[in-house]
Amino acid sequence: MSAGVLEVRDVQKSFGAVTAAKDISVSVPKGAIYSLIGSNGAGKTTFVNMVTGYIKPDSGEINFGSRNIAGLAPRLITRLGIHRSFQIAQLCNELTVEENMLLAGAIHHDERLSFFRHAHSADARERAMATLERFHIAEHRNRLIPELSGGVKKLLDIAMAMAGETQVMLLDEPTSGVAADEKFPIMDLVIEALRAEGVTVIFVEHDMEIVTRYSERVLAFYDGQIIADDTPDEVLLDEKVQRYVTGGPA
Amino acid sequence: MDLLATIVVDGLIYAGWLFIVSLGLTLVFGVLNILNIAHGSLYAIGAYASASLVGAYFAVGGDAFPYGSYAALILAAVLVAVVLGPLLERGLLRYFYGRDEVLNVLVTYAVFLILEDVMKLIWGVNPYFVYEPYTLLGDVEIGPLFYVGYDFAVIAAAIVVGLAVWLTLNRTQIGKVVLAVIHDAEMSQTMGVNVQRIYLGAFTAGAFLAALGGALTAPMISVTPGLGANVIIVAFAVVIIGGLGSVPGAAIGALMVGISRAASVHLLPEAELFIVYFVMAIVLMFRPEGLFAKTKARKI
Amino acid sequence: MRYILFLYAAIAFVVLAAGSIILPDWAMFLFAMALAKGLVCLGIVAMMRGGVVSFGQGLYYCIGAYTATLAANLWGVSDIFALTLFSSVVCLIVGMIFGPMLATYRGIFFAMLTLALSMVLYGTLSKMSVIGGSDGLNIGSPTFLGWAPEGRDLQTALYIYVVAIVVITGTLMRIYFDSEQGLITLATRDNELRVEYLGASVRKVMAYNYTFAAVLGGLGGTIAVVALGHVDPEFAFWTTSGEFVFVAILAGYMSVPAVFVAAIILEVVRSFSNLYFPNTWQLSLGIFLLIVIVTLPNGLGSLLSRRKGGKT
Repeated sequence: MSAGVLEVRDVQKSFGAVTAAKDISVSVPKGAIYSLIGSNGAGKTTFVNMVTGYIKPDSGEINFGSRNIAGLAPRLITRLGIHRSFQIAQLCNELTVEENMLLAGAIHHDERLSFFRHAHSADARERAMATLERFHIAEHRNRLIPELSGGVKKLLDIAMAMAGETQVMLLDEPTSGVAADEKFPIMDLVIEALRAEGVTVIFVEHDMEIVTRYSERVLAFYDGQIIADDTPDEVLLDEKVQRYVTGGPA
Repeated sequence: MDLLATIVVDGLIYAGWLFIVSLGLTLVFGVLNILNIAHGSLYAIGAYASASLVGAYFAVGGDAFPYGSYAALILAAVLVAVVLGPLLERGLLRYFYGRDEVLNVLVTYAVFLILEDVMKLIWGVNPYFVYEPYTLLGDVEIGPLFYVGYDFAVIAAAIVVGLAVWLTLNRTQIGKVVLAVIHDAEMSQTMGVNVQRIYLGAFTAGAFLAALGGALTAPMISVTPGLGANVIIVAFAVVIIGGLGSVPGAAIGALMVGISRAASVHLLPEAELFIVYFVMAIVLMFRPEGLFAKTKARKI
Repeated sequence: MRYILFLYAAIAFVVLAAGSIILPDWAMFLFAMALAKGLVCLGIVAMMRGGVVSFGQGLYYCIGAYTATLAANLWGVSDIFALTLFSSVVCLIVGMIFGPMLATYRGIFFAMLTLALSMVLYGTLSKMSVIGGSDGLNIGSPTFLGWAPEGRDLQTALYIYVVAIVVITGTLMRIYFDSEQGLITLATRDNELRVEYLGASVRKVMAYNYTFAAVLGGLGGTIAVVALGHVDPEFAFWTTSGEFVFVAILAGYMSVPAVFVAAIILEVVRSFSNLYFPNTWQLSLGIFLLIVIVTLPNGLGSLLSRRKGGKT
């Protein structure tokens, strides 16, 4: 497993007296689909936040390719190809859906941002539309964010993160805030799009049905530690996982 | 050594009235979340009102008991607060609660502009002097240096006012309610707190502190138009240094500003007018939210 | 899309320049001053698009004015093009120094720090008697590439020069606002976290806007001092900056022409109020400002723009 695209080694993080991450070591192979489970405060989001640079680990390494990215700024990690979505979709509320997408496209398309190139150029709009269509949200392009349903917001959030060259995608609770009947269609759409590009996926999820259906491997978190790292079936049968995470046999 | 003593004493005197004014500013910000530029106008109006009242007091035979002029000073501040506090808070500011902080600064800037001219209409443009209360307390001798007793009375007043505010906030029932509103106004409202009344009370108290600062300084200076514009900027610096909404912060901020200004007056007079902002910039470099501010983490 | 912008710019230039034929001297002066201040305000608008408001733009207005005056008095430079270029370069450099430092501050802290910087300059200039102290300095009439007009000719030449600068910088700023960088600025105002997680630097966005605003402030200050013939430290006083913020709020951040319209409105109101209510100029301004905040929270520009008002 040493050829993992993402190698996390002995990562520690505490907030005052609270240990949010203790001896976290994970190796995620390229193209794999991992899910993170655990009750609230178990350290899942802290893990995502450390990998994507929102939180700096106290110690340990997070190797991406040959580079230790622990403690780098979010924007630099994003530039390297590790993208993320958010528990609460992070969108620009004063802009339309299309403008949000144009923004993502503008930043990802060219490192040297232009002070002259029109943000709404025909090229840019075409690219934005293509992404919106891929995520089935093109019909909403002229609407403002506050008018959208939870599911559309989530999809746009993920679509924006996918505008660049994504190698690793971390999805923080992709189905929270989404209507029950939209959960599976959204996951189908997202996982398929990510798989098609060979992206390595790590997603945080509470719904065990989604976990078993979409992930190849599960990391179970409890009290800042990983208590199980195996296939979904094995993890859900694990005694500790049943006691601390799922609350009984699945 | 004399120089050091001079700087410290001068600094304390300056810090004294400045603390009173800044305390009002930081209190209003803490409770209402409004950085009030018009606080400077309230200071100036306090100064004018006390000049007028003290003048009137001596005009009607106050010479017989000159110490009564101190009552006139404080009465002036009370009058300004009870008239203008509710007028501004109920009449205007309450419509802007919860709006953007910077927009609210502009609202109070508008009030500041209006009050500047209102003062000119009432008191004209010629300076007012009320020296009587300043000389009444005699001189104080510290080593080879003489100080006017009144200056020390202002320092004492600042200490009293600071303690009173701190005790009210931390040791009384109403203070606990105010702290709850500062912490989370919405939550307090659902818990049955009359938030509107707390806002009104806090703003009026803030206005009183501004006016009191003005009333106490009036005998030390010539009261002229433009007074408020200069004071508010220095008071801003104090509360930004100390951390917005913090009572101990206002005290430390006022001391830092007072001492550094006094040091500059004696050591580097060219810097007198900007040393305050220089100190503020240095503090913000290392503590972007001020010395005593609590930083909030954002959940994503 | 661009040629329409250039067409508008050409029309704006012709219409404004035509003012030099019909306007009386006093009105031409008033317009020139208003447009000069409008340039400073355009800089504030550029920052507002990124979500911050500077309460100390008088800093650059003052630096621009003093730089031009000192260049004229010390080295005998009277050519207006040279003066403009020189003071904008000075402001560019100062802006590039402070921009990255201020770029991490937001809201009230940004407002107060910018204000503090301008007050430091005010304090320094007031005490520097070698360059006039609080009385300030005078500057002679400008020349235009060797031509030294007088009287009405001078007024006209200066006015046309201001109009040209306004139209050129206004067009450039519109191009910038519409550009990819401009979109990122708007997004920054809205959600910095999103912008950082797309891989762009919020700090750079802020620093760019601040630096552009610095240059615009310098341009405005240069033109103002040449038109007035005099500069003093009041150029950097916070109430001067307050008026610039007033204009920016009146204009809103959506439209470039609205900034200059707002600046002209302010100057017209000021001169009429000076004429009829000489002692209550600030009173009128304060009431005016309150009315604007209540009735036009997104500024004049929201009346001209396609975007809906509810979006801010």
